[in-house]
Amino acid sequence: METILFLAHTESDGSLGQAALESLAAARTLAAGLTGSTLIAGLVGGSVQSAADQIAGCGATRILGVAAADFASSRYSTDVVAVEALARAAAATIVIAPATSRWNRVLAGAAQRLDGRIDAHATGITAADGKPGLTRWYYRQRMEAVVQRTRRPWFILLEAGCAAAWNGPAGTAAVESVAAPLTDANRRTIVTGVQAPPTDQQTIRPDAKLLFVAGAGWTKAQPDGKAHSVEAEEIILDFLGKTKASLGSTKSLVDLSGEGQAVLKFMTHLNQVGQTGSTPRHPKGLATCCHGEEPHTVGWRFINERRAINLNPNCSWAQGKADVLYVADAFVVMRKVNALLAAK
Amino acid sequence: MPTSYHIVVCGSIVPDPLQTLEPVTTPTGPALKNELLLPAVLDPWAGHALFEAAHLAKQHPGSKVWLVSIGPKAKLQQVMMTVAQKVPFELIAIDGPAGGFTESAEIAAALAEAIQGLPGLDKSRLLVFGGWESATRGAGTTLQMVGERLGIVDQFQGVDQLTVRPDGSFQVLERIEGGRHQVSSCGALPALCGWATGNLPEPPNNPQVGMLNMRTVMPALQRAKPTKISNEGVTFPSVSLPKQRRETKIVKDMPPDDIAREIVEWIGKE
Ligand SMILES: Cc1cc2nc3c(=O)[nH]c(=O)nc-3n(C[C@H](O)[C@H](O)[C@H](O)COP(=O)(O)OP(=O)(O)OC[C@H]3O[C@@H](n4cnc5c(N)ncnc54)[C@H](O)[C@@H]3O)c2cc1C
Repeated sequence: METILFLAHTESDGSLGQAALESLAAARTLAAGLTGSTLIAGLVGGSVQSAADQIAGCGATRILGVAAADFASSRYSTDVVAVEALARAAAATIVIAPATSRWNRVLAGAAQRLDGRIDAHATGITAADGKPGLTRWYYRQRMEAVVQRTRRPWFILLEAGCAAAWNGPAGTAAVESVAAPLTDANRRTIVTGVQAPPTDQQTIRPDAKLLFVAGAGWTKAQPDGKAHSVEAEEIILDFLGKTKASLGSTKSLVDLSGEGQAVLKFMTHLNQVGQTGSTPRHPKGLATCCHGEEPHTVGWRFINERRAINLNPNCSWAQGKADVLYVADAFVVMRKVNALLAAK
Repeated sequence: MPTSYHIVVCGSIVPDPLQTLEPVTTPTGPALKNELLLPAVLDPWAGHALFEAAHLAKQHPGSKVWLVSIGPKAKLQQVMMTVAQKVPFELIAIDGPAGGFTESAEIAAALAEAIQGLPGLDKSRLLVFGGWESATRGAGTTLQMVGERLGIVDQFQGVDQLTVRPDGSFQVLERIEGGRHQVSSCGALPALCGWATGNLPEPPNNPQVGMLNMRTVMPALQRAKPTKISNEGVTFPSVSLPKQRRETKIVKDMPPDDIAREIVEWIGKE
């Protein structure tokens, strides 16, 4: 018998985001799969009433809330107090929370305070033979394991896109307010804002249907013996503008940018996918001018349909990683792709 | 605020990413096939943390950098031969497992204990650094627990930039969703930063730095105390490699116009 705490923070508009609703669905499924378990919701935010109303029909036996201006934005020193207070108030044995950047940076600290354990980046939560378990990847998405624990409380951070979001009825919820006392020591860090690239250079779009990955080939000497970085930049930006695809990069390409070489100006380390970059989730992916070695292809682990354009038929994409490899010049093909998209 | 720092970097070793990895079952849980034979490198994000630490220390004379590393002693020694050439630090080595299946809470306990035992450590000047996630477990949990054990509540993860202002306070940029950064400022130490890539290139090898470091690296390795990680209460019913190998259709000699049309059609399909 487990007491499962679904733990979420509000978004800036006071609502619960998609990832939170997915975790709620996973928490409900787990509770249903473990006979005699209880589901409790715990919410953190500047105010939590509208979030509570949003999930009023989720079947949680209690909805607990920590709400105050101090909890409106992500800050370790205050969030850790809120999470600890909620987990204690719920007497939670399992805590299921969305793997947002906000929760990722604090839940392990809270687990430590409760003498519990934590698994981050879970990709699935199951109840097999009455035992809770989870799946997650090790060695940067290179092997997948099932994990079970006897130690409680057990905190689980569930990755976005791994469960269908709960979409039950809203209502009016009664929120039990939980005290999360702060001192000046919790307020030494002051969150001053968010820094985002200018909108025309905002190339990372987690919700995009397509991930477009650019490799170092875009900056290499082409058949005429010259590099064409400016043209590469135009082609890529044009494509991103027309498709609203998210832009990924290989390590080689972002490293070139870091070394100040004349390369794609809008490319930063945040675009890097792969072993030492990110592993985004998108339904489709198009890799261009990427060699496709193992550390790079790890970045494609969670891309469903994959195509690639490369001059070299022996590029490692040809070895079972992409569905289709077009052996062609990406400059030529992508220019034509842009023209077709423009004509649409 | 202090004008010089005690920077403790937590970082260990990982198998070289270019190696093929295969899980095996051992009496103590999952591990990698030939784990001790695989060539290893400094964990990439921990490496960035180390380089950022050295950079900060250089800008603030009187600062000191420690590198606290838990790993199999012999492997640590191999990797330190290269790392020691990069930037000045004092190594604190702990002999223990460095694999992905070791329990991060137990690793955190061992790291915190080692940090607490550093002679002359001044907490009012302390910055604890590390990679925000390892390339083994990749969880982003260890540093937070180290911080808690040391009573550090000013913690930052996914850090790409730390700027010290003239008044000694500092500004931190942490990665958040959508390629953006959350900006915070903090006026007090101790603080903890789990680094992402940061902004510094990998420093070139410097034999002079190497010679200086080696004076403490070798004794530190000899002194390395064994630590027992029991992975209490955790089991791994299965560990597997992704089986899926795609049947790649290789399209050669198709005119670019046709390829473009096919791609546009594919992108548009629901
Ligand atoms: C510790 C470590 C960590 C790593 N982590 C990562 C990681 O996180 N992410 C990552 O991506 N890599 C990572 N790597 C590097 C990885 O192993 C590869 O070196 C890298 O991905 C190669 O990048 P690339 O494909 O852009 O470049 P290249 O290997 O230079 O390939 C360029 C490709 O472009 C093609 N090309 C050139 N011109 C054209 C054209 N006009 N049209 C079509 N094709 C063209 C060429 O045929 C070639 O295949 C890591 C390596 C190490 C050692």
